Amino acid sequence: MDTTIENIAVTNKANLEVFSATLQELARTDRDIIVVTSDSRGSGKLVPFGQSFPEQIVEVGIAEQNLVGVAAGLASAGKKVFAVSPACFLTARALEQIKNDVAYSNNAVKLIGISAGVSYGALGSTHHSLHDFAVLRTINNLIVVAPADNFETEQAIRLAAETDLPIYLRFGKKAMQLLSTEETTFEFGKGRTIREGADVVIIATGETVAPALKASEKLLRESGIEATVISMHTIKPLDYQLLSEIAEDGKPILTVEEHSVFGGLGEACASYLFENNYRNKFKIIGIPDEYTVTGSQQEIFDHYGISENGIADAALKLCKG
Amino acid sequence: MSEQELAHKSVDYRRKILKYIVKANAGHTGGSLSCIDILNVLYNHTLNVDAGNFSSPDRDRYIQSKGHTVEALYVVLASKGFFPESDLETLCQYKSHYIGHPTRKVHGVEQNTGALGHGLSLSVGAAIAGKLDKKDYKVFTLLGDGELPEGSNWEAALSAAHYKLDNLCAILDKNNLQITGPTTDVCNTDPVDKKFEAFGWEVRHVDGHDIKQLKETFDAIPFVKGKPSMVIAHTVKGKGVSYMENQLKWHHGVPTKQQYADALQELDLQDKNI
Repeated sequence: MDTTIENIAVTNKANLEVFSATLQELARTDRDIIVVTSDSRGSGKLVPFGQSFPEQIVEVGIAEQNLVGVAAGLASAGKKVFAVSPACFLTARALEQIKNDVAYSNNAVKLIGISAGVSYGALGSTHHSLHDFAVLRTINNLIVVAPADNFETEQAIRLAAETDLPIYLRFGKKAMQLLSTEETTFEFGKGRTIREGADVVIIATGETVAPALKASEKLLRESGIEATVISMHTIKPLDYQLLSEIAEDGKPILTVEEHSVFGGLGEACASYLFENNYRNKFKIIGIPDEYTVTGSQQEIFDHYGISENGIADAALKLCKG
Repeated sequence: MSEQELAHKSVDYRRKILKYIVKANAGHTGGSLSCIDILNVLYNHTLNVDAGNFSSPDRDRYIQSKGHTVEALYVVLASKGFFPESDLETLCQYKSHYIGHPTRKVHGVEQNTGALGHGLSLSVGAAIAGKLDKKDYKVFTLLGDGELPEGSNWEAALSAAHYKLDNLCAILDKNNLQITGPTTDVCNTDPVDKKFEAFGWEVRHVDGHDIKQLKETFDAIPFVKGKPSMVIAHTVKGKGVSYMENQLKWHHGVPTKQQYADALQELDLQDKNI
């Protein structure tokens, strides 16, 4: 696959913008698409949506429990509902509604966690969602997705609109590199191999795929190490087949996520691999068990090694260690 | 169905609630008996819903927010032909679909409930969808007075008024008792009528065991065009079985063999006196 750092467009839109543009396009021809917001249409880039389709946006005010309950009620009556709220509030305050009203009752709400992970940076831990993968993985009947780039985001939104299963989608708000090539396909539950290399595997998700890809370039450039880079956009159901394939020949495996190191992508991969008798060297990069250092999303990433240098260093240690 | 027929049905439902709670050796006895007359009138008079039209987008919706009194819902759904009543022999047994709270695995159940404070938001969503689709269906939800301190109820109450959901009716089963004690001692929500009125609802009081009042009240929905309707149904926890009435221990008490026999005797007498 010819996907080197040079032929990737340097900047593209924020996944958030792609989400709102895609939804607006879908809503134009599908009157059943309904957005539910909790005073979050501005932060969800949904002001134009509300202006274009005032009958297709339901505002509940700052009331996340009601946001999710109302969304489930709308979905039960046949609407294709996108409940949009900052990931930190959506997945903590309204967790019981996600568990019962959406997943357990099988109301196919598309839960959209905006400004996810540490996107809110210096606003602090109240506004970070570093728990959402862990918590939502334990809820039956819920697909959990963190698209890496504009392509994955657009595809995920289109697929979500058509699927009759509950879904949680989360992304941030910074402009993202386009990581796809023309031949790339997207499917929930199928990881995307963005780059193939023989020495080490880096499995990343969401906005950490971009630094993982940069790290792979650095590894090659400075150490001659060839890395496979996978965008594991779907945290649940996890792509076990792909995990088996990459683990088969014993390469070291590194996971990267904008999430607590507890209970997220890394531990999901580790438990599968261990239970299936793979004993590859393994390292999880994420946010350790602490309230994060103050800083922007990028500064927090850099601080915890979710960066070109941090990922490359960790991969090198795994390979040499 | 005439009021007399409905009255007989209520007695019969009470017999069955007790029968299956005794069989399962579990259940929310007092609350099921307090809300059964409401469910009787809803399903046998008010709601446009039956086993045949349950998948119709035009059906009325009933979402039971106080999910724990599921025995009342099950016996009514069985009598409406949603499933054979004999299924209830398996209530709460290993691998049974008939669990201790409403589940959509049971035909006729709209939403899985049981955690409190969820039914009103779900109902608001279904009611908004009805408005968007210009459908005539109504959405009913049954709230317990013990669940009102859940903040989500008040979030939903705001939305219902904001969206002028006159196709929504919440019924409060106000039996004044919850598991710890009187609701006024645990967390007083009175005057609950004034609170809902202040939130923009139109409120009516009704004797929750008076079939005629219940019929007429539900027939009058919406009470005011452009407003959600709240029916405060004044009920008695354990209604119909004298030794259970207003007694805290019957929140989820299961009658002994003798108590069950005594209860049936009382209910038989009530049946004769209709």
